[in-house]
Amino acid sequence: MAHLILKLEGVNKAFDGYKAITDLNFYLDEGELRVIIGPNGAGKSTMMDIITGRTRPDSGIVEYGRDTDLTRLNEYQINRLGIGRKFQTPSVYSEHTVFENLWLSLEGPRGVWATLFSRLRAEQRERIEAVLATVGLQGKGDWKAGALSHGQKQWLEIGMLLAQNPKVLLVDEPAAGMTDEETAKTGELLVSLAGRHSVVVIEHDMVFVRQIARKVTVLHQGHVLCEGSVDDVQNNEKVIEVYLGRKKRGEHT
Amino acid sequence: MGRTIKLREQWILALVAFVGIGVVPALNAWVPADSLFHISDFRINLWGKYVCYAVLALGVNLLWGYTGLLSLGQCLFFSLGGYALGMHLMLKIGRLGQYKADIPDFMVFLEFDKRYPATGGLPPHWVPFHYIGVALIAVVVVPAVVAYLFGWLAFRSRIKGVYFSILSQALTYASMLMFFRNDFTFGGNNGLTDFKFLLGFDLNQPATKRGLFIASMLLLLSVYLVCRWLTGTKFGLVQRAIRDGENRVLFSGYATADFKLFVFVLAAVIAGLGGALFVPQVGIINPSEMAPDKSLEAVVWCAVGGRGSLVGPILGAICVNALKSYATRAFAEQWLYILGGLFIVVVLFMPRGLVGLPDQIKAIWRTRLASRRVTPSDEPSVMPSKAATRTDE
Repeated sequence: MAHLILKLEGVNKAFDGYKAITDLNFYLDEGELRVIIGPNGAGKSTMMDIITGRTRPDSGIVEYGRDTDLTRLNEYQINRLGIGRKFQTPSVYSEHTVFENLWLSLEGPRGVWATLFSRLRAEQRERIEAVLATVGLQGKGDWKAGALSHGQKQWLEIGMLLAQNPKVLLVDEPAAGMTDEETAKTGELLVSLAGRHSVVVIEHDMVFVRQIARKVTVLHQGHVLCEGSVDDVQNNEKVIEVYLGRKKRGEHT
Repeated sequence: MGRTIKLREQWILALVAFVGIGVVPALNAWVPADSLFHISDFRINLWGKYVCYAVLALGVNLLWGYTGLLSLGQCLFFSLGGYALGMHLMLKIGRLGQYKADIPDFMVFLEFDKRYPATGGLPPHWVPFHYIGVALIAVVVVPAVVAYLFGWLAFRSRIKGVYFSILSQALTYASMLMFFRNDFTFGGNNGLTDFKFLLGFDLNQPATKRGLFIASMLLLLSVYLVCRWLTGTKFGLVQRAIRDGENRVLFSGYATADFKLFVFVLAAVIAGLGGALFVPQVGIINPSEMAPDKSLEAVVWCAVGGRGSLVGPILGAICVNALKSYATRAFAEQWLYILGGLFIVVVLFMPRGLVGLPDQIKAIWRTRLASRRVTPSDEPSVMPSKAATRTDE
């Protein structure tokens, strides 16, 4: 019933002989919330790089929607299709105000001439205020983004994604460096986004994963180890082996 | 809040315009030479040059201070603008040159009549420069085209940071070597000089010098207003976002290369216009203007004045050049050490340059006051605890 929005099939990527991604298959439905976990070096960030056009795969299919080939597009073209990305370290424009950060992210024309002559319209202002409220930064629009706390910066960046109104949100470790309370709020926010957007979250914190996850994909050495609910995954022998480390690293292919 | 600052800025602008376009030229023209308020022809000519440098600095700042692109080759575009107008000025010398020939002296000297017999020795690309209109178009178009080509290649290949700086420096250096060659048809190492007339006005007349000063001031004000407008648009926001986090901008759907290219071309045009007004005032343009150290100096002006503000580079260009005029006369040998020392002091102790100095002093003053106030209030809270530990012992 749900339509496929993102499809990766048989994707390979090597850096100087090191295989970061090997024969990766990944399917994401419209409106789905998916969590990706995996040990360091499992290829999680490389996978995001491949989807967002930062890295070109050596082989394989990367498709968006029905038949848009993402491997031929670059970062900003892919973003304009409706794929937004939040980086692992919060990257906001620290010298701009919170409001300006969101204005720059708001969906709309992105060309040189368009930005030269565009003015903020009333409905855009309302939309920005709405996003501010969604990410819990209401009343902080005039703050310099650099003056926000670490957690608030993470939220602002999520807000910047929302302002773009993307179909797919790729969120890399949103809870990193947050307090427990902030982490819980972030979880609620992400869960509330699913349905209207497809959300992919990379995360290490299993408590957080448990809070938000419906379906979890475990990556290991650039390959999908298993997929399923949190309980399925945590009881999976292969996953236990990888995480508890029976020193079998490198023997998998 | 914002409105009052804007009003204050308008007043300052009006004042600068009034002094620059009205008062200074008037003091030069109508106040007797022995008066204290007289401004000599030498001085007005000198200040005219500073103003052209200030225009160049505004362009450098648009790149470096606002977009994070440290170009170390902006004097190339300054020189290209200068050469474009210089070519017209050369042709307007007419038969008043040393050789009394129809073509500029260096062409006679280099026997261009044998290379280009059809045009009487004038290289074909020089011919249209008989018209001032062509020269003025070239002043804008030539720097723009060179900047576009270089920028397109550099930004498309995502050359960033220090690599971009080095490449821009290499570009101006390579161009300098090319212009040094006699067969490049731009006068070799002597360049273009010995100008006589611009638009029919004698360049040696005080009135012409005054006119050029006023033109330079008008150019500076217009370029300032353009920069002011640009940095206030959404484009300006994107520009500074690129400076602070280009990746985020790229992944937000902006083709950052297009934005950088636009700024780079605009800065080149600004530099070219400054160069075009510079040349008739100094009376010469030669390849040494393209030497990398000239472009470095322009960067120092920005740093000293305060990059990332609009007034800073203007202030920096004028102050450093005034210092240079004085220092090269007083201690010619040490000038480069002074300039280097100045740069180090500014980078280490005045990150926001002259413009940021008042705020810096205020901040220091405030922390002083605060520490003075805190000490007495701290004491009571410390004393009892100390006393407590003593009684415990």
